[in-house]
Amino acid sequence: MGDGERPQAAKTTYREALREALRDALRADDRVFLMGEDVGRYGGGFGVSLGLLEEFGPARVRDTPLSESAFVGAGIGAALAGLRPIVEIMTVNFSLLALDQILNNAATLLHMSGGQLAVPLVIRMTTGAGRQLGAQHSHSLEGWYAHIPGIRVLAPATLEDARHMLAPALADPDPVLIFEHGSLYNVSGELLPATAPVDLDHATVRRPGTDISLITYGGSLPKTLAAADELAAAGISAEVIDLRTLRPYDAQTVAASVARTHRAVVVDEAWRTGSFAAEVSARIAEESFYELDAPVERVCSAEVPMPYARQLEEAALPQAPDIVAAAHRAVD
Amino acid sequence: MSPARPTSARKEPTPRKAGKKTAKTRRKTGAGSPSDRPAAGHRTDLLEAMLRIRRFEERCVELYSATKIRGFVHLYIGEEAVAVGVNEALTPEDAVVATYREHGHALARGITAEAVMAEMYGRATGCSGGRGGSMHLFDASRRFYGGNAIVAGGLPLAAGLALADRMRGQDRVTCCFFGDGAFAEGEFHETANLAALWRLPVLFICENNLYAMGTALARHEAQTDLAMRAASYGMVAWAVDGMDVEAVEQTARRAAEAVRSGAGPHFLELRTYRFRAHSMYDPDRYRDKAEVERWKERDPITRLLDRMREDGEPVEETLAGIERRVAAEVDDAVEAAEQAPEEPVEHLLHHVTSASAEVS
Repeated sequence: MGDGERPQAAKTTYREALREALRDALRADDRVFLMGEDVGRYGGGFGVSLGLLEEFGPARVRDTPLSESAFVGAGIGAALAGLRPIVEIMTVNFSLLALDQILNNAATLLHMSGGQLAVPLVIRMTTGAGRQLGAQHSHSLEGWYAHIPGIRVLAPATLEDARHMLAPALADPDPVLIFEHGSLYNVSGELLPATAPVDLDHATVRRPGTDISLITYGGSLPKTLAAADELAAAGISAEVIDLRTLRPYDAQTVAASVARTHRAVVVDEAWRTGSFAAEVSARIAEESFYELDAPVERVCSAEVPMPYARQLEEAALPQAPDIVAAAHRAVD
Repeated sequence: MSPARPTSARKEPTPRKAGKKTAKTRRKTGAGSPSDRPAAGHRTDLLEAMLRIRRFEERCVELYSATKIRGFVHLYIGEEAVAVGVNEALTPEDAVVATYREHGHALARGITAEAVMAEMYGRATGCSGGRGGSMHLFDASRRFYGGNAIVAGGLPLAAGLALADRMRGQDRVTCCFFGDGAFAEGEFHETANLAALWRLPVLFICENNLYAMGTALARHEAQTDLAMRAASYGMVAWAVDGMDVEAVEQTARRAAEAVRSGAGPHFLELRTYRFRAHSMYDPDRYRDKAEVERWKERDPITRLLDRMREDGEPVEETLAGIERRVAAEVDDAVEAAEQAPEEPVEHLLHHVTSASAEVS
């Protein structure tokens, strides 16, 4: 991501980029407030909101009880009443305690009310494995949320997206879920001070290529880019697509890529069965069947609750060599 | 059933303190002591509001049997005093969050019989554009936020609406209706804690009709004193005779004023009863017919009429006039719903997101 030729690029981390986005949002609009477990005094379970309480005070950086359903629902109510809440849920696993509110209320009220009640709410949460946190802190369930009409599902994979996705998410009149991969928080790099707002409707090409399309999002993007490097060394030109937005799904960008490369590998940290990778594969089969020169490959997590032991967790997760191997199967 | 019995973890915001004396006080206000007695015109209004709900729903039974309306239809018959009495304590700026048994709440809030009936018919002119049905009535212009068919699912929304008012310094009340069944849900307890912790302006209205679907209160709650449990969260909680519309109104008014003045959330347990089954699908096998008959003797409409007669008010002419007006209103609503256009199938995907919401 670093580009030494561009001026004023600053060294930052994914965590700091998220924090700056929150700071900007809180400064820009007094309807915005942040709410969640430990977002205030503690500074956020993953340190994202550190320092914001001091700057904005306890009304706008609001520590909640351990009551996911109540504080997510309260975010929905506050959004209905015209505020712009940002609700942080510590991990996607915990979000299941608020699934009723997210699905039955946030995603549904606009339709059930015949268009009267929009819910301009942003919910941020951590997803993914890789830090030896065991089965109840490590799953990748964003694909489940992408199943639900009425919400937008975002997965920022880069510093730029971490920094610049929040503003357009807050401008969306409907509920937006942002999934921050836990292994990305410490990723550091150069970030330009101002870029165009992130396009929340479209996937993007992170690396152009001609021989195969590697389609991924979120925490799997760095591994996929590493795999593309390795493939390049072997003479295979891999195009890397970052979906960025799982819902609405940008089928066109994927289809255009497959039309160029004629081969596809889908990389998704969720379990293979019923995964978002399954959706992507099905769409490629539906829309690009006659472009394909090989079956679509998938690289997903092993079908196991995420284990704690380092070597087991690593073995369960998609890794760059797995992606390389899948690409070779498709190309060779 | 005991008469009104207050429970309070904190001191009450009004001169009447919680304690032994209050039960007596409430019985007195419930019966309408001479000094508290409202103007006769007001009683007429209460009567009309209750009869509108009663006659509307009686027609719903006929229409359901005639397969004009479908889905799950949960009738409020017997509980009219709650919606009507509580609504008297609210202003148009306040918010209301309701359950799936919400025809009464909607009508009391001022949504027209025509808009509700059209929604039951699934018509484009319904208050939810035909996408909600009986269980999902909405009216943003009246701050009526449903129509929630997940037991206790509306409670967190109420906390959020109230939080917004509190953050903006508005002295508005969010009134949240739910049943006794909600006490078994975590969302009730999460929301009670949150609302009391943040002193949110929520008026919790528990319609204790003694049954969670077909499960009697004592069969679903380890502790059946609901007001006491609510009070344990640090909010003022009172139990009220929910079959007495004047008692409901007076208590709700007092509670709403306290909430509005910043005293934090208040909780009312309204002891009531539904005369009909849980829904139109329910064969009602879980309760004794004699129990239903006993409760019908406390019919809130008859009770108000009796009280008006006792006080020498000219009830019969008043009643006849109300019945005529309400019947015409319901007839007109049905006629309008019959004539109303259907929401076009081409609009199926409208209102999924705001970008898909451009219905002309």
